[in-house]
Amino acid sequence: MSATQASPSAFAASLRHARHVVTGNAVTGLAFAMFFLFLLCAAFGPLIAPYDPLASNTAIALQPPSWAHPFGTDQLGRDILSRVVVAARLDMTVAIASVALVFALGGLAGVAAGFFGGWTDRVVGRIADTIMAFPLFVLAMGIVAALGNTVTNIVIATAIVNFPLYARLARAEAAIRREAGFVLAARLTGNSELRILLTQILPNILPIMAVQVSLTMGYAILNAAGLSFIGLGVRPPTPEWGIMVAEGASFIVSGEWWVALFPGLALMLAVFCFNLLGDGLRDIVDPQRRS
Amino acid sequence: MRTVALRLAGAIPALIGVILATFVLTRVLPGDTASYFAGPTASAESIAQIRAELGLDRPLPEQFLRYVTALSHGDLGMSLTTGQPVLDDLAARLPASAELTLSALLLAMAVAIPLGILAAVKQGSLADHACRILVTGGVSLPVFFTGLLLVYVFYFLLGWSPAPLGRLDAFASAPPTVTGFFLVDSLLIGDTETFRAALAQMVLPVCTLSLFALAPIARISRASMLAVLGSDFVRTARASGLSPRAVILTYGFRNAMLPVLTTLGMVFSFLLGANVLVEKVFAWPGVGSYAVEALIASDFAPVQGFVLAMAILYVLLNLAIDLLYGLVDPRARMAA
Amino acid sequence: MSATTTDNPPLLEIRDLTIEFATRAGPVQAVRQVSLGIRKGETVGIVGESGSGKSVTSYAVMRILDRAGRIAAGSIGFSGIDLPGLPEREMRDLRGREISMIFQNPRAALNPIRAVGRQIEDVLIRHAQATRATTRARAIEMLEQVRIARPEERYHAYPFELSGGMCQRIVIALALACGPQLLIADEPTTGLDVTTQKTVMELVTELTRARGMSTLLITHDLGLAAAYCDRVVVMERGRVVEDAPAQQIFRAPQHPYTRRLLRATPRPGARLPDLLPEGEAPPVEAPEATPGPVLLDVINLVKEFPRAGSGGLGSWLRRGPALPPARAVDGISFQIRRGESVGLVGESGCGKSTTSMMVMRLLERTSGSIQFDGQEIGAIAPRDVTRSALRRRIQMVFQDPTDSLNPRYTAGRAIADPILRLGELRGAGLEDRCRELARLVGLPEALLGRFPHQLSGGQKARVGIARAIALNPELVVLDEPTAALDVSVQAVVLNLLQDLKLRLGMSYLFVSHDLHVVKLLCDRVIVMRQGRIVEQGPTGQVLNQPAADYTRALLAAAPAAP
Repeated sequence: MSATQASPSAFAASLRHARHVVTGNAVTGLAFAMFFLFLLCAAFGPLIAPYDPLASNTAIALQPPSWAHPFGTDQLGRDILSRVVVAARLDMTVAIASVALVFALGGLAGVAAGFFGGWTDRVVGRIADTIMAFPLFVLAMGIVAALGNTVTNIVIATAIVNFPLYARLARAEAAIRREAGFVLAARLTGNSELRILLTQILPNILPIMAVQVSLTMGYAILNAAGLSFIGLGVRPPTPEWGIMVAEGASFIVSGEWWVALFPGLALMLAVFCFNLLGDGLRDIVDPQRRS
Repeated sequence: MRTVALRLAGAIPALIGVILATFVLTRVLPGDTASYFAGPTASAESIAQIRAELGLDRPLPEQFLRYVTALSHGDLGMSLTTGQPVLDDLAARLPASAELTLSALLLAMAVAIPLGILAAVKQGSLADHACRILVTGGVSLPVFFTGLLLVYVFYFLLGWSPAPLGRLDAFASAPPTVTGFFLVDSLLIGDTETFRAALAQMVLPVCTLSLFALAPIARISRASMLAVLGSDFVRTARASGLSPRAVILTYGFRNAMLPVLTTLGMVFSFLLGANVLVEKVFAWPGVGSYAVEALIASDFAPVQGFVLAMAILYVLLNLAIDLLYGLVDPRARMAA
Repeated sequence: MSATTTDNPPLLEIRDLTIEFATRAGPVQAVRQVSLGIRKGETVGIVGESGSGKSVTSYAVMRILDRAGRIAAGSIGFSGIDLPGLPEREMRDLRGREISMIFQNPRAALNPIRAVGRQIEDVLIRHAQATRATTRARAIEMLEQVRIARPEERYHAYPFELSGGMCQRIVIALALACGPQLLIADEPTTGLDVTTQKTVMELVTELTRARGMSTLLITHDLGLAAAYCDRVVVMERGRVVEDAPAQQIFRAPQHPYTRRLLRATPRPGARLPDLLPEGEAPPVEAPEATPGPVLLDVINLVKEFPRAGSGGLGSWLRRGPALPPARAVDGISFQIRRGESVGLVGESGCGKSTTSMMVMRLLERTSGSIQFDGQEIGAIAPRDVTRSALRRRIQMVFQDPTDSLNPRYTAGRAIADPILRLGELRGAGLEDRCRELARLVGLPEALLGRFPHQLSGGQKARVGIARAIALNPELVVLDEPTAALDVSVQAVVLNLLQDLKLRLGMSYLFVSHDLHVVKLLCDRVIVMRQGRIVEQGPTGQVLNQPAADYTRALLAAAPAAP
């Protein structure tokens, strides 16, 4: 009997609703398709790429797009399409790793702050306030400069600058629910505080956090690409979108647009895709909009 | 005046936090400043010597005290690349960045707020759709990429704008410094030639930056105007027969501006970051490109000075926004 | 009673009005073929439960329906003018000058960042009722008319600086400033305390009568309509089911829905079973209460809250003397015996909810003693109560049935929660118990697998009650359990609570703002004001021969159907 557990039919209903959102809204569907394309590139990039992304051949340097090289070649004659495809893995890894990190740390800190209040709240709030007192990208620059110029530190810096967003959201959502009737009721029916946090508060906050993840993922990609654009973290010749745009920047004024355009477009599409996914996810998790 | 004093006092914890955090960034984190200063080939003794010279062998509280004392004298260290005190370098370059960022913010507000309001007032209209596209697209654009695209189209293809190389082209000379803003200074001496040249150089970077700032401002303007238009007091105003103009401006707009004001702080944070990227694209001689050059040369004092300066600037800006908020909203005045 | 002679043509005449709303599932008719008229000087009430279309009808008259709504058919005539056909520009001239409106939730109905005097001026200037030179004097005059003390000073006040009742008076001043012929009052007293309700309604009556105005009163409260209307229109699900003079509606209601609504409304002299629809007798007839030994003994209970803004840098800068903490509950004592229901009544902010939270051990007390079954429980910290044996013996039913259910638990899971945490039953035994509880509270078994958003308000209330009684508690605290429910659902839930109490032998502490509701269920009543008990005693005595002036004022203020 399903009365005492979350019924399986409810799960099926959620799936149906998710399918309805994905197929019913063309834009969200497109975003999901793009998302899978990027995942595919990240997972199998080196296998899909037509050329070796690092193989240079100065004989064919700076060639405009052609059938052989759909995205053209760069100043060292490397195939830009291959480099854009292979770069997906690094860019996605940085974004996902930093968001996962901040999701775990910021989310937990925020929920604890909102639920327990008191000094936990003050400490978390003070940390978030201090981070927010800096312009975020500038702080990320400072952190990478202090910690050392590596990809790992880019992940850490991106996670740190996103910390206030997560902590504040989780705090606000937990604080609203701390005094909600169903939480008081759970307290009265003998649930311990920790249990209330895990069974009453967290499941109701997670969907909201998931939307935030999707929306922040775009920002995380932009942040990391921005850092590598100014020469932090990734070093040439590693293929990465930000650094590829930076390399192509000097050729823009002489008209070789393709060197910067395609990695820039990939970057833009990835961010765009995550932002649309965030909107789509919001529709899925919002129970009010289920019919 | 008491309100102002209270707000000022409210900014103090943020300032303390900023100074503490920059101290942590410089001294506590694993990067070894002394071995960096000594260079890669230095011996253990010379590293120890440098450490003693820099005071890095002292206990942390003492180091912090020295750090704060140095700060209070305006001592941000020396730049290895320029050989100048960091503070002087920053002061010389700040007007260039400020002119760029402020112009971009003003332009973005001038476009985004009316657009957002219009989109909310006329839901489903052309302005609404334009606003939606701008909001979703705008936040997805990497600012350095937009800058490059604009350079390609308007400089290389169309030839409408000058080469993206700094604040003035090679043939113009900078106006005498009064404010440090070329646009203002050139007008002060009536030099329209320089004004036009400076303006021509500014158009592309300012557009790039404001494209970036447009999206969040337009989004919040639209959302808050929609919320206000759906509120009870707007219904009361409409039920009293007030004209749409009065309803939208006196009742709607002023209330809708409150969340917009709050968001401006966030937007400015984004702008100060994006400014660094745009300065690099357009070879703009501001503090951002100064920090980037130092960063590439592993010259840390300017980077730290830059981070601290931007943070202090940002804290002061938030303070200004707070004060402005108090002017508009009587509830905030009382809460202070 | 005003003139209702036939040669007095209606000021407002609505004919076959149908209003449609565009929704994702296609157009929905919120109002269907509604006809009604209001004569000059007449006060007409539209009464109905939520979703009856009563507010939408009034918005259509003002033509301020939101974007999704439109008048699909019918006509609205106002002194010979066809309102739906009027150009928007001319309609704007009518709004505020000929037809005005006041709303529920008055504080939200005023612009939060504009001085109230200026808001009145906006309307005066818009309708050319004053010149720039005279407008200020006129605004202050309006403030005087709605009995705002020190009007010159209050002219500069912002809504957040005024009480709810004062805000409603400002809204009334706004509505009457240009001398309209018709006032539409949409739930004007909902959310206000009962004594404030009375002064607001009397002000409206007095001012409209003095000006010979007509009034359309939209309300869910039959008592309010009975007290203030000449004629009452009853609406149910978008239709008018009855339209008759007020006296007649209450003496001889014609439509079954009106009769049901009338029966369900708590009124003097009615007993609990009387509220149920005819032919639906309660399962157990209430015997005479025989109170047992003392179960809960509260002695000198005090709760203090620190004042907002005290402590920290802000107060240090202000350099004022430290404010004393606010006393929400100021030394109260009372007892509840086994099998007894005690009502705790008062207006908002009187400390009744704070008291119930302390008894539940959800809130720390400042001082005083709470003894449950001879054992001191006041010293148990809220965080330790979970693990104490006490937990299964005291339970609670919450005010808002939606808010009190975890959106991710099914009804069955919610009911099972206390048993899983504190009880021993598992597996099939647990499921049987859940079904038994569902039967007890009258919740169809098929609904146990549903989530809260798939249940109606009444069903959610039943789930909340089933959860509270799952472990056979000895004391149940009912915190305004029917405040969020429609009156007909309220009648059913109150009867259910009474039935459960008799069957299971529980004691109730019933917290409510409504004396008429409390008296139905309770053997004894405690009246609270500003943290103190002003009166307590057997229900009959407190209601019929109140000793305290405040109790008398409360009783007199509550509107009641005749």
